[in-house]
Amino acid sequence: MLQFVVRRLIQTIPVVLGVTILVFSLMHLIPGDPAQIIAGEVAPAAQVEAIRERLGLNDPVPVQYIRYMGNLLQGDLGQSVRSSRSVVDEIQPRIWVTMRLALYSMILSVMLGLVAGVISAVRRYSLTDSMLMVAALFGFSMPAFWLGLMLIKLFAIDLALLPPSGWGTWQQGILPVITLGTAGAAIIARMTRSSMLDVINQDYIRTARAKGVKERVVIYKHGLKNALIPVVTVIGIEMGMLLSGTVLTETVFAINGMGRLAIDAIRSRDFPLVQGIVLIFALIFVFVNFLVDVSYRYLNKRIDLN
Amino acid sequence: MRSMTNLDNTVSTPDSQVIQGSSGWGMIYKRLRKNKAALIGGYLILLLIIVAILGPLFTVHDPLRVDYSTRLLSPSGEYWLGTDHNGRDIFTRLIHGTSITLYIGFLSVLVGLIIGLPLGILSGYYGKALDSFIMRCIDVLLAFPGILLAIALVSVLGGSINNVIIAVGVFSIPGFARIARGSTMAVRKLEYIDAVRALGASDLRIIGLHILPNIVSPIIVQATIRIAIAILIASGLSFLGLGAQPPTPEWGAMLSQGRSYMFDHPHVALYPGLAIVTAVLAFNLFGDGLRDAIDPQSKG
Repeated sequence: MLQFVVRRLIQTIPVVLGVTILVFSLMHLIPGDPAQIIAGEVAPAAQVEAIRERLGLNDPVPVQYIRYMGNLLQGDLGQSVRSSRSVVDEIQPRIWVTMRLALYSMILSVMLGLVAGVISAVRRYSLTDSMLMVAALFGFSMPAFWLGLMLIKLFAIDLALLPPSGWGTWQQGILPVITLGTAGAAIIARMTRSSMLDVINQDYIRTARAKGVKERVVIYKHGLKNALIPVVTVIGIEMGMLLSGTVLTETVFAINGMGRLAIDAIRSRDFPLVQGIVLIFALIFVFVNFLVDVSYRYLNKRIDLN
Repeated sequence: MRSMTNLDNTVSTPDSQVIQGSSGWGMIYKRLRKNKAALIGGYLILLLIIVAILGPLFTVHDPLRVDYSTRLLSPSGEYWLGTDHNGRDIFTRLIHGTSITLYIGFLSVLVGLIIGLPLGILSGYYGKALDSFIMRCIDVLLAFPGILLAIALVSVLGGSINNVIIAVGVFSIPGFARIARGSTMAVRKLEYIDAVRALGASDLRIIGLHILPNIVSPIIVQATIRIAIAILIASGLSFLGLGAQPPTPEWGAMLSQGRSYMFDHPHVALYPGLAIVTAVLAFNLFGDGLRDAIDPQSKG
């Protein structure tokens, strides 16, 4: 197991390197002169030159990348061009808001998805099954931001039950978490259903039933435990959708998290800040995937690294 | 209906699926016709295409002209779905936006396909170092969670429909590359490929005549479902102000602008959202049905 963890950890190194190259390149994908765009079209030449100097855009690209990596290894993500604070200081107070939003939504997705998926599988082809699966289909065919707007209209404006925006109290958390977690719940429900059905048809389940094991035990102990294995992989992918989904959800609910910071940074053309946020999001996701692979391995020891 | 995530970059292509895919389009069509959900999806797609082409000819209002005297009217006989904050008929704008949505959906998936498919085939066919290199690059693309890469790309390229297509296209590359690679590897191992090679066929001929036809069906399934995802992402980008710019009647952009007025006039946000749901649902239903028809054993 330890050997697997170490090998898997080493595998992430080229990916992380590639991610830094791509994030670094973002600045150079900007059509035209990045310094001019940051300064604005009517900015005096001296100001543009100052920005160019500050971002080190006058040096050859490889030199820029090496300097970028050098700073990165020291925990320096550069400086915001708008606030002149360091990118790390800008991100730090907001990262936990976003992580908590994503985590709570994940918990909702998994709980709702597993319950719905198991019920659907156990009562296959019943009315309940059909209704749950139609709901799931709508769940991931719906734009999350639209769902969020409709929830605000219904629960915050018309019924006045919950606050329409913000983050902090548990009441403020409910609508954003439902908004962000619904699509994931739908996908996990579908995955759990098909995975459960695969397992239920296996010989050992029939054997357990033949032995007279209670149906409840068959479903939860023998069935769900094995059906969970493919579901864990989906949860990993889901985490990616959730992390980036925070951008839309935070925009809809005016939550001061990292996603909204990203949109503000994009609007004010604060490219170093955009780069920093994208990098942090990607690193978190690489780490989450690492954890998913390790738990996948733990659940299913037969899997080979390749 | 096959229950499988529609986001799967991890979908595996067992040998059986590859071989069955070539078992004749007639069979697939027969099975597809028996699947009600797939039929609904198929007819919805057809309807959307017809509306996109012919719809604008039949609308009586101007989708772009601002008229404050008809501002924020509720749905009525004159304005079927009401008017927006600029006095424009929402129904007319939705009809005119249909072609934009389909255009973005189809084209961005095409971009992902054109780049992802050859990469996957090369990777799966030649293997070894080339495979490792290509797959590491794909891993890097996959390291960006969800739509983040698309957001990052549009943020530097600038907000426009074409840049959305590029961004969503890049986002779709890994899905196609992985499926093409898996299918190619499965087909390449079959004995008859060795036989063809022994007869002196070139790599290009083997790929074009023997590998490609065998991987068409999983790729079509992937493409259909990818269109649904592409429409969702594109509408999200427009909602963030990073996609289609006003006054374009793009559905996500309409939602974004209608947002401030929706509390008193819910119709400005309700109908564009329903339009997006309809389009996404259509492609998801049809994609699900196609997968079941092509690979009946996967039926849950």
